Amino acid sequence: MITINHLYKSFDGVEVLTDVNAVFEEGKTNLIIGQSGSGKTVLMKCIVGLLRPDSGELFYGDTNFLTLRKSQQKKLRQKMGMIFQSAALFDSMTVLDNVMFPLNMFSHDTYRDRLRRANACIDRVNLSDATGKYPSELSGGMQKRVAIARSIVLNPRFLFCDEPNSGLDPKTSLVIDDLIHSITQEYNMTTIVNTHDMNSVMAIGEKVIFIHEGVKAWEGTKDTIFTAGNQTLNDFIFASDLFRKVKEVEIMQQEG
Amino acid sequence: MFKALHTTGRYLLLMRRTFSIPERMSVYGRQLLKEMEQLGINSIGIVLLISFFIGAVITIQIKLNIESPWMPRWTVGYVTREIMLLEFSSSIMCLILAGKVGSNIASELGTMRITQQIDALDIMGVNSAAFLILPKIVALVLMIPVLVTFSIFAGMIGAFATCWVGGIMTAANLEYGLQYWLTEWYLWSAYIKSFFFAFIIASVSSFFGYTVDGGSIEVGKASTNSVVACSALILFADIILTKLLTGL
Ligand SMILES: Nc1ncnc2c1ncn2[C@@H]1O[C@H](COP(=O)(O)OP(=O)(O)OP(=O)(O)O)[C@@H](O)[C@H]1O
Ligand SMILES: [Mg+2]
Repeated sequence: MITINHLYKSFDGVEVLTDVNAVFEEGKTNLIIGQSGSGKTVLMKCIVGLLRPDSGELFYGDTNFLTLRKSQQKKLRQKMGMIFQSAALFDSMTVLDNVMFPLNMFSHDTYRDRLRRANACIDRVNLSDATGKYPSELSGGMQKRVAIARSIVLNPRFLFCDEPNSGLDPKTSLVIDDLIHSITQEYNMTTIVNTHDMNSVMAIGEKVIFIHEGVKAWEGTKDTIFTAGNQTLNDFIFASDLFRKVKEVEIMQQEG
Repeated sequence: MFKALHTTGRYLLLMRRTFSIPERMSVYGRQLLKEMEQLGINSIGIVLLISFFIGAVITIQIKLNIESPWMPRWTVGYVTREIMLLEFSSSIMCLILAGKVGSNIASELGTMRITQQIDALDIMGVNSAAFLILPKIVALVLMIPVLVTFSIFAGMIGAFATCWVGGIMTAANLEYGLQYWLTEWYLWSAYIKSFFFAFIIASVSSFFGYTVDGGSIEVGKASTNSVVACSALILFADIILTKLLTGL
């Protein structure tokens, strides 16, 4: 479980996050949604410690991350996995070496055990035939899957995904979403996903936090999101024609 | 002025993070071998090529401009050797390497930065500065004596080529001059200087690459800036080191 209290972050005097409070639950996919530029990536970077918040508290379970010493933070980081907007695979390494890397760095297992573990994770994301390829030889969706494999290879407790579906077609997006969701349940991780894709929200939104201009404007689940009376949230969701129609159909069904 | 101080401070902070104990020796060792190949072995070709021709050109110029019936027969060989040892094979060669290796390092690290590969390392709990920069510095410092040696020999061969192929003088005369009154210390000072230059090239260009902020344009700028900064620092260090090492 990850808890944030009264988080503030600004760049050069411009406030990007204002008083954000949230609880991200274990074994669930927690979604952060919001328009482009609303501060999702900044929030996630604050949570994982790539950015330091101006003020506020950040708890991993019961440990206050911001007061930990550098070495303790590094220890905690080995329990985190992150999938970046751009996949961020090491492009000088093959798929197998990418997935092996965290093991080589931190695991004390024998080479054979590490290899077996890496191959199991690559299998899990259905990329067994691409182990020898370099990231530049893979499609965007495959790169994201390698990134997922690399981030779960050390059995993390916390998984962070920044727009895992950006640049992917709807079908591949579904595959990635499903993968993240089932892995979260399998390992009972606390997973946080940044997205502006309403399809993802409907597929895996067990807990949804809506950020608008750096302020948390709403929170709920995929089941309550359509009926929420929040104006900015509605503007965001029903920007798409499809979802407007879905809502009309739902209302018609409820009435008739 | 304030900006220069600020940059120096950030450079020193990065170096402090770089020189820390590796998390896992075996992974760093593999990285070191890779860098030794990429930065050292892959530079031998350009070092040989340029040193050969400079050796030849210096010989021809000295012969043309200095040698006369009143000069002793060792003049050409002696002057060529001193120029190669004292300046070319250490300082000028490192200036050339600042262009090749420096821009390579800066653009590689810059690209890793903007594609978030460095963030990915940080998230894993790896000390990204140490993991990426330390092997580069160690690799170049280890490889530079090899490159200097190759440069000296290629320069000498270039000088002899002017005798064998160009026939501008007898090889025996040149050889006599090359061996005439060799001060061993000059050879050592060439190596000592090159260690400092190797450190400058690897660490400064890593700094520019590692701290890129933005996109591909900034990577290009970082690459240019690193070459300019490395060259200026090498020339500056050259003056100081030459003065210290020759004790003038
Ligand atoms: N390093 C930075 N320096 C200055 N401003 C920044 C920095 N990073 C982000 N910002 C600003 O913070 C705001 C929020 O950016 P953020 O990247 O969090 O948006 P986002 O919600 O992730 O958008 P998207 O969906 O497009 O990824 C933007 O206005 C951006 O300009
Ligand atoms: Mg973003």
